Amino acid sequence: MDSDLNRFRKIVRGKIKKELRRFISSGDLVGRQGNKRVTIPLPRIDIPHFSFGNGEKGGVGQGEGEVGDEVGQGQPKPGEGEAGDQEGKHTLEVDVTLEELANILSEELELPNIEPKGKENIEDKKYKYSGIQRQGPESLRHFKRTYKEALRRSISSGDYDPENPIIIPVKEDRRFRSYRITHEKTANAVILYMMDVSGSMGDEQKEIVRLTAFWLDTWLSTQYKGLERRYIIHDATAREVDSDTFYKTKESGGTLISSAYKLALKLIEEQFNPSEWNIYLFHFSDGDNWSGNDTADCMKIIETNLLPISNLFAYGQVESRYGSGQFLRDLHKHFGETNEQITTCQIKDRESIMDALKVFLGKGK
Amino acid sequence: MNYNTQLTPELREIALSIGKKAKEVGLDYFDTIFELIDYKQLNEIAAYGGFPTRYPHWRFGMDYERLSKSYTYGLSVIYEMVINNDPCYAYLLRANSMVSQKTVIAHVYGHCDFFKNNYWFSKTNRKMLDQMANHGSTIRRFIEDVGHDEVEDFLDVCLSLENLIDIYAPFNQPTKNSQGIKEEEEEVYRPDPVNKLQSKKYMDSYINPKDFIESQTKKQEDQQKKKKNFPEQPQRDVLKFLMDNAPLNSWQRRVLGIIRDESYYFAPQGQTKILNEGWATYWHSQMMTELHPLNDSEIVDYCDQHSGVVAAAPGQLNPYKLGLELLRHTKRRWDRGQFGLEYLNCDDPKKRAAWDTKAMLGDQKLFEIRRIHNDITFLDAYLDEDFCHEHKLFIYDYDRRNNKYVISDRDFGKVKAQMLNQLTNFGQPIILVKDGNFKNRNELLLEHQHEGTDLKHEFTVECLRNLFKVWRRPVHIDTIIEEGKRRVSFDGSTHSVEKL
Repeated sequence: MDSDLNRFRKIVRGKIKKELRRFISSGDLVGRQGNKRVTIPLPRIDIPHFSFGNGEKGGVGQGEGEVGDEVGQGQPKPGEGEAGDQEGKHTLEVDVTLEELANILSEELELPNIEPKGKENIEDKKYKYSGIQRQGPESLRHFKRTYKEALRRSISSGDYDPENPIIIPVKEDRRFRSYRITHEKTANAVILYMMDVSGSMGDEQKEIVRLTAFWLDTWLSTQYKGLERRYIIHDATAREVDSDTFYKTKESGGTLISSAYKLALKLIEEQFNPSEWNIYLFHFSDGDNWSGNDTADCMKIIETNLLPISNLFAYGQVESRYGSGQFLRDLHKHFGETNEQITTCQIKDRESIMDALKVFLGKGK
Repeated sequence: MNYNTQLTPELREIALSIGKKAKEVGLDYFDTIFELIDYKQLNEIAAYGGFPTRYPHWRFGMDYERLSKSYTYGLSVIYEMVINNDPCYAYLLRANSMVSQKTVIAHVYGHCDFFKNNYWFSKTNRKMLDQMANHGSTIRRFIEDVGHDEVEDFLDVCLSLENLIDIYAPFNQPTKNSQGIKEEEEEVYRPDPVNKLQSKKYMDSYINPKDFIESQTKKQEDQQKKKKNFPEQPQRDVLKFLMDNAPLNSWQRRVLGIIRDESYYFAPQGQTKILNEGWATYWHSQMMTELHPLNDSEIVDYCDQHSGVVAAAPGQLNPYKLGLELLRHTKRRWDRGQFGLEYLNCDDPKKRAAWDTKAMLGDQKLFEIRRIHNDITFLDAYLDEDFCHEHKLFIYDYDRRNNKYVISDRDFGKVKAQMLNQLTNFGQPIILVKDGNFKNRNELLLEHQHEGTDLKHEFTVECLRNLFKVWRRPVHIDTIIEEGKRRVSFDGSTHSVEKL
């Protein structure tokens, strides 16, 4: 059975891989994430037969009701039945862990594993119950061991009566669980998402950002155990928001990109000590900055403040209905197009999300 | 299996005692071997359709995952499984309560009796457990020879066509031996345009006179004409036709044969779902309450479980319940002599209800039913108006405007017609090979006998694609789509739907 099961899983994987581009660009999966698992509807993985279409088909039922009453339609219970019973006819939904999904993504995009930047000295304490001791709190009492001790004592002292086997533990019999502190090396990471919500960013642009962010998240969370996320939106001013607001805020006003960078910097200084955290900065905008002065400010902040402390500074320029802005070109002009430190990408439409992911994560930082 | 699957002494005792009782009341079953297994093993065996030794295929893995998942979430529990084989094998779930075990054991004896004595099972292979193991090792050998992916891909193709069999074929005498057809074929393909007798060239006009040549030519033309209809009669056993005529190599032909064998083996179970389950349920309920009664402390648990078995959600037909009730109904009728012309012509409902000649023929009738009937013939013969009203049967239809299913009629005639229609060909569309040399271009034409329900189009398209992989020439199927005659085709690269 194991080999058949593996065979099946392989087919599922293959199917997901084949349809990955569609999944990525349609956003089917994003709404479906449950607790660490995604349920993926996979049509047509089952073997097709010449069979009746089941839609709009009548049948025979049993029970009360007048002509015209609605019939409760449920799937027939796949329950008892003898061998060879026909299977229920559902579209197959397979559960895939986010980790598995990330692996598929990385295979498809050939993503390198991330090397956490020199954070090996960060340690995390963990408590592990590993031994037995004679003292301890009642809540940690080890019943079985205590009982055994009491039994041993009463047999050796001759108190034990097989006809009336009553064992009464005394204080010396008690045994307690003891724990040990272990130190684990951890790599913490934080993603700072920044998004331009100025007038020119429409719903479709935000949807693209949302999809891209989902996949970035999926991948990075397999690479880091404790992944934190922070969301910043900005037009002419920036503010930190929760993820819901991040994706749903209505557009308004003009654009001062530097405001977002300043806020990001402030957040990092206050909460994420760069020597303890792997810091990822993703900024999405349509690239229409208000003024050249502000752009110059941005360059300065990126160069002197953000780049030295972050693992990755990525800028994704989403094409809006007003076309693509200037900011990407400015970045290129300032840092050079093939700058190692800064990752930029133009996301034209949903189809190119996959390519964007490749660019953002392809460096293995 | 690593675990001990033997019954506990207590269970063995119970199985023997219930078995003995079953024999006393007339059940006549194959020797039945019970095995006690845990849910994991049960799911595994269930995924393999009851046979732990089947050929490897990912579909079984998929079914296993589905079963385990629904077990884990508590959506369904398989209580029992029984295999039509001599001896019968039945699996009991280790975790079941003693009451369940007893019920299941009684239920299983009902099935075993049915397998052994029902006419529709009479042609099935009773050594199927061995046969399945042979199939398994054959396919494993092919996998070693030609590679896993290739065999698996071809299995996918075969499985996609597995329901294209003629369920009545095992009961028909073969009309023509396949050898004969082959000879004929070869005759036609002889290089010589006319069958002349051998002669030296100068003797030709003597030995092959003109009228002889003419008659020969005519004969050949006739044959050619006959050949135009190939197969002569539309053939329902599509798989057989493909095995005989498709350009397959030997391992592929063998794989197709294996799938076909297994399809025929499983077909009667689809054909007798209602009757078989009804019969087994009838006997477990008889057994647990009267013949081999449970004790007082168990009876409530039994009732709880039994009511689960025969529960019917609104709008659904539970084959266990339908079969059980119809058997009981029939027994009651024959016990009271409610049959024959006089009864059927009686219009007075009061008189009908009180009709009792003390005939007591019910048991005899039940055993007759289990011997000769399948679901269709059973319902056709015994589903009557009284039953229909008593059990509140109705037909429902899809209401397009409100996008829901609604009760559309409670008329007995319509209910029965709909039910029989649904059971026709065990719920599968009837599809025949109409022409194996379509357009005289060696293309394959199938015909769907439309009985009011359209085929599921996306599946049809996929199946044609698979059929093409077997036939290797364009394939077509004539069907009806939304009340218009259509021919769906696949030519190896594209699909088309043509108006007829």
